Amino acid sequence: MTPSDDRGAERRAGPKRPALARETLLAIIGALALVLCAWAIPWLKFVLTIALAKGIAVLGILLLLRAGQVSFGHSMFLAVGAYTVAFVAPGTPEVLLLLPLAALLAAALGLVIGLFVVRYRDIFFGMLNLALSMVIYSLLEKMYAVTHGTDGIRVAGLTFAGQRLEREVQEWAMFGIALTLAVGFGLLVRAYLGSPMGRALAGIKTRETRLEFMGLSARLVLLFAYVLSALMGGVGGALVAMTSRHVTPQLAYWTSSGELVFIAILGGAGSALGPFLGATAFELVRVYAAAAVADAWQMILGGVLLVVILFAPGGVWGILSSKLKGRGA
Amino acid sequence: MSTPPVTAPLLSAKGLRLAFGGVKAADGIDLDVMPGEFLAIIGPNGAGKTTFINMSTGYLRPQAGSIEFDGQPILGLKPRAIVRRGIGRSFQLPQLFTEHTVLENAALAVASRLGPWSPLTPLLRPAWREEAMDLLERFGLAQVAESRADTLNEGARKLADIAMAVALQPRLLLMDEPTSGVAAAEKMQIVETLVRVLRQSGVTAVFVEHDMDVVARFADRVAVWSQGRIAALGPPAQVLADPVVQRDVIGISTHA
Repeated sequence: MTPSDDRGAERRAGPKRPALARETLLAIIGALALVLCAWAIPWLKFVLTIALAKGIAVLGILLLLRAGQVSFGHSMFLAVGAYTVAFVAPGTPEVLLLLPLAALLAAALGLVIGLFVVRYRDIFFGMLNLALSMVIYSLLEKMYAVTHGTDGIRVAGLTFAGQRLEREVQEWAMFGIALTLAVGFGLLVRAYLGSPMGRALAGIKTRETRLEFMGLSARLVLLFAYVLSALMGGVGGALVAMTSRHVTPQLAYWTSSGELVFIAILGGAGSALGPFLGATAFELVRVYAAAAVADAWQMILGGVLLVVILFAPGGVWGILSSKLKGRGA
Repeated sequence: MSTPPVTAPLLSAKGLRLAFGGVKAADGIDLDVMPGEFLAIIGPNGAGKTTFINMSTGYLRPQAGSIEFDGQPILGLKPRAIVRRGIGRSFQLPQLFTEHTVLENAALAVASRLGPWSPLTPLLRPAWREEAMDLLERFGLAQVAESRADTLNEGARKLADIAMAVALQPRLLLMDEPTSGVAAAEKMQIVETLVRVLRQSGVTAVFVEHDMDVVARFADRVAVWSQGRIAALGPPAQVLADPVVQRDVIGISTHA
């Protein structure tokens, strides 16, 4: 077969997508590895559940990164999800109701804030998000009568489909829910990025004018991504609250938002797997580095990020993906 | 059924005025574009040619005057609303999504026309993919369909840019210097491709052009722009032979 024949066949069937196969393979291996780790080292279950929850939130950062925008205030949606759980759990302790409620409220806030911030780009977009998140932080901190300020709120006992579970079983349930949602949102984001919506979103980064002259509203395209990212932030926050059983205003503080951006870059923006690779790496490095050198763990994380930015701009996903490609998988 | 005695213009601009500070980019532009014609706009740099395209596509708003498309006023509409009514445009500097392949660029334009879509529909679903591929074949771009848009040469980028505008199935296409920056050897071939596709699709075209050979060969009428006004308008044979046009416009154009 000559090369031109090959191209003709490709035109009809579409090019082969080795990247897609690598992604799927890596996702399955990753999920199995997480389950295995959680089973072998029980105390890691907590860490891994938090990592998955943050990974879901970081998926939202990834969407905005595709449009060339960085939000330095995204943890406000995490906080909304988390506080929703804390406020509502005493009356309605059902996890299966709390999660959609948290998602809905975060998406609603995302819509309100989004209508405003999608008018701006680049540094203005980033700083407006930062400013608004600090407003939320201040409200959570100052309204002591409602939020108990920096003391935070202890999350009441939860039920799973009506069942009150024992501690060990509950930890597994939370881990399972987080993993299921991570896979679900990962697939959703992957499909979204391959759709005209997702392609137009990436178009905001390169040729925003063209979008208008194709009859599309760039703001609407970005708003959709923003609301989806807020929704995932809310789900991530709800999972964090359910797992850690305690919420504080710190969740909305700007350093928490910075952490999400940090994880996004660490994991790599090239794939929907990146956020989960990044979040797992981040939480594991944090746990082990904090155990090894209690005062310097942030320095170790900073060093890791520097190495990633300088030598592996594709993040953990970029490293693993090229390793697999090298083996011809 | 008898043909109407006078065909209504597709685009009708009346008394357009727009000044940037002291510079009059449009100083009373009256122009009717008739359905099916290829109208070339020529004139020295700074005469207001691109400004006219920008006003007709909603990118700039004139300070006075009116623009009607198919009998409907379009002044004050946003670019995307005007695009939806059937006025397409291509750019002097091609505006392609450089991170995407040429096929994805074309498919996105096809999908924009057929939207709204669910965020779960793949961009390269068979219907959109096929239409985009057909379009690229008509433009002679099938070989580079899977290449990233930023790897193309200037001629192919220009054609891809115009293909994206054509994918929206405009009735009127405004092209800003479709051959600028293209190697001289390629130029005629590109314009031939372009004219063939546009004629096949029944698209009326207005194009800004500096190459008088291209104008003489492909335009039905020529409008000569000079300091925000239309200095001459008519068939190329007549306009290009006008000594004033030759001195003031063609002289400057060829030296520029």
